[in-house]
Amino acid sequence: MSTTRTPRTTGISHTPGPAHGARGASGGTAPARSRRPARDDPARRSAAHRAALLESMLGVRRFEERCVELYSAARIRGFMHLYIGEEAVATGVCAALTEDDAVVSTYRDHGHALARGIPAEAVMAEMFGRATGCSRGRGGSMHLFDASRRFYGGNAIVAGGLPLAAGLALADRMTSRSRVTCCFFGDGAFAEGEFHETANLAALWRLPVLFVCENNLYAMGTALARHQARTDLALRAAGYGMAAWAVDGMDVLAVEEAARSAAESVRGGGGPHFLEMRTYRFRAHSMYDPDRYRDKAEIARWKERDPIDALAVRLRADGTLTDRAFAGMERRVAGGIDRAVAAAEAAPEEPPEDLLTYVTSSGEASRP
Amino acid sequence: MTAVTARPATVPPATASRTTYREAMREALREALRADDRVFLMGEDVGRYGGCFGVSLGLLEEFGPERVRDAPLSESAFVGAGIGAALAGMRPVVEIMTVNFSLLALDQILNNAATLLHMSGGQLPVPLVVRMTTGAGRQLAAQHSHSLEGWYAHIPGLRVLAPATVADARHMLAPALADPDPVIIFEHGALYGTSGDLPADPAPAADLDHAAVRRPGTDVSLVTYGGSLPKALAAADALAEHGVSAEVVDLRTLRPLDDATVGGSVARTHRAVVVDEGWRTGSLSAEISARLTERHFYDLDAPVERVCSAEVPVPYAHRLEEAALPQVAGIVAAARRTLGPDVLPAPGADGAQAPGAGGAG
Ligand SMILES: Cc1ncc(C[n+]2csc(CCOP(=O)(O)OP(=O)(O)O)c2C)c(N)n1
Ligand SMILES: [Mg+2]
Repeated sequence: MSTTRTPRTTGISHTPGPAHGARGASGGTAPARSRRPARDDPARRSAAHRAALLESMLGVRRFEERCVELYSAARIRGFMHLYIGEEAVATGVCAALTEDDAVVSTYRDHGHALARGIPAEAVMAEMFGRATGCSRGRGGSMHLFDASRRFYGGNAIVAGGLPLAAGLALADRMTSRSRVTCCFFGDGAFAEGEFHETANLAALWRLPVLFVCENNLYAMGTALARHQARTDLALRAAGYGMAAWAVDGMDVLAVEEAARSAAESVRGGGGPHFLEMRTYRFRAHSMYDPDRYRDKAEIARWKERDPIDALAVRLRADGTLTDRAFAGMERRVAGGIDRAVAAAEAAPEEPPEDLLTYVTSSGEASRP
Repeated sequence: MTAVTARPATVPPATASRTTYREAMREALREALRADDRVFLMGEDVGRYGGCFGVSLGLLEEFGPERVRDAPLSESAFVGAGIGAALAGMRPVVEIMTVNFSLLALDQILNNAATLLHMSGGQLPVPLVVRMTTGAGRQLAAQHSHSLEGWYAHIPGLRVLAPATVADARHMLAPALADPDPVIIFEHGALYGTSGDLPADPAPAADLDHAAVRRPGTDVSLVTYGGSLPKALAAADALAEHGVSAEVVDLRTLRPLDDATVGGSVARTHRAVVVDEGWRTGSLSAEISARLTERHFYDLDAPVERVCSAEVPVPYAHRLEEAALPQVAGIVAAARRTLGPDVLPAPGADGAQAPGAGGAG
């Protein structure tokens, strides 16, 4: 019944190497049923589109670098998990989604939120705990929400968002809407029952879910091989009867192409699809993590495959990115973040009198 | 002191039909499925099997497998899917076979259903109904006999219902579905076979905000809910034989609690016995008792009494199980203690009940 297929992981290494050419984007990653996008589709592959992907990744990177400064200055508090190093995944995947699609995220959600189009002002204000934040200061870094963009949140329970994604997709199926629900989660989540229950349910009911597993090789301090009996996650996901394959998650073009073809297939009724994004986080798990469990040399090797540098190198080689254009991107990005920080600083705080709002819809105080 | 808000037990209707709690619940589901395309029933064995307690028997045939949806044994996934579907505009009714298995979905209920509206700053209400069976009394042993509704009543963001009568089984679902927030309905397993009169259509919409005085009285208030209501009513009958007029208050909604009705009753009777099948420690009965002492200390003529389950995993053997659960004799004895020896001398044997145990009587 479903498009079970052998995951194609050949050619996608999960070992760091030098910045590479078109390896990750090369063929063999499309599911059997899907219409593969033309490689040189001018709308998609235009220089402007690639530049936009670069600027989007840069925006996430610089946003989080600023967050680190603000965290050190105690302007941002709580748990904060950085996406630095993994920007290609959110950027490439969100580029392949439409406004009607839904996104379910994790606590490592800044990149997903920004790539989905939530304004930096609203995200920064949330980190500051302000009334203008995208969750009105109730969520913070780990719980960014934007119903208008169908962004169903940063979920801080590992794998907790997965069943939710199945339900969003179920509603679409039951009402014959052809929309995709994209659910991001980590390699650690692959060990949770909620993942396996949801994978089975989605495959059983052929729900339009795009599972995007961000395999960054670690669940906090526990390396993949120390938490998974078999580390080939795409292969195991395929066992549920859904199309599944691994993608070079450091290559935004490869990510976008894979996500686009998977999303098209999901949208066309092909049931759930699973993409294992092989990626790496350059920073510690969270601001509290002293990062003692990884070899510094390993991190350094992965940094050589920085997704932003990699795309910039390619665009420069193509002759479509000049130093001047790149400097312009940096300036725009920095300006946007400056404005976001200034707006967050100036924004009102939620008054304590409103403490009990949003517990129930009636707007009354929470009645115990 | 709040005004007395006694709500008399259901007014006998002109034309009433006799029905069981199970049938009433099924009729409520049927009505909901007919009335609104967004409503669907999802859970383990709700379709082909007809519901593990027979509640949804026949609904698959009428509404088809999309809307009466058999789910795999994945409590977390299908409860979470109910939440997601609710977010996307559906009105799911999720059935969890029993409260015992709801623990596997507790993450979804607590961390998502009860929390999303708040965490999202008001953007994401979750109009979900979750139904489950609760309670002991059928010799099913510890793992099938929990009464954990008090745990759920602990959680801000949830509404928790415990229909105890046929009328409430029939009429609480519609307003639960109309509630924009998650509602958990606890159906005590011992109630499915009970029967009662249902007013003929058009039926009054049940309100979800008020407790009900099921039997008016003047000497002592027996405050209870769900599967313990029949026991409290039987205890009131027994007390009446001794000339004691007991008022029986059915909480109906466990969160938010209707303090006014409970308090109003106690303000009139000056004595309270709380009957709760949950364990005594940290229980709903503890909450009610605390509220009565906070708000009605000077109305009380005697300490609040509680009749709860004994602090033991519910045992299998009939006599042991009976001893572990609240029973009529234990409720009568507790009521007598509130009245004092002058009003109603307690027979010797009854006074020896261990605190916490319901007593086999
Ligand atoms: C159910 C649950 N267990 C444990 C945690 C604590 N925790 C937070 S993140 C994390 C690691 C998750 O790893 P992974 O899924 O690979 O995502 P990553 O952090 O690598 O993006 C853990 C154990 C949690 N938040 N939720
Ligand atoms: Mg990880």
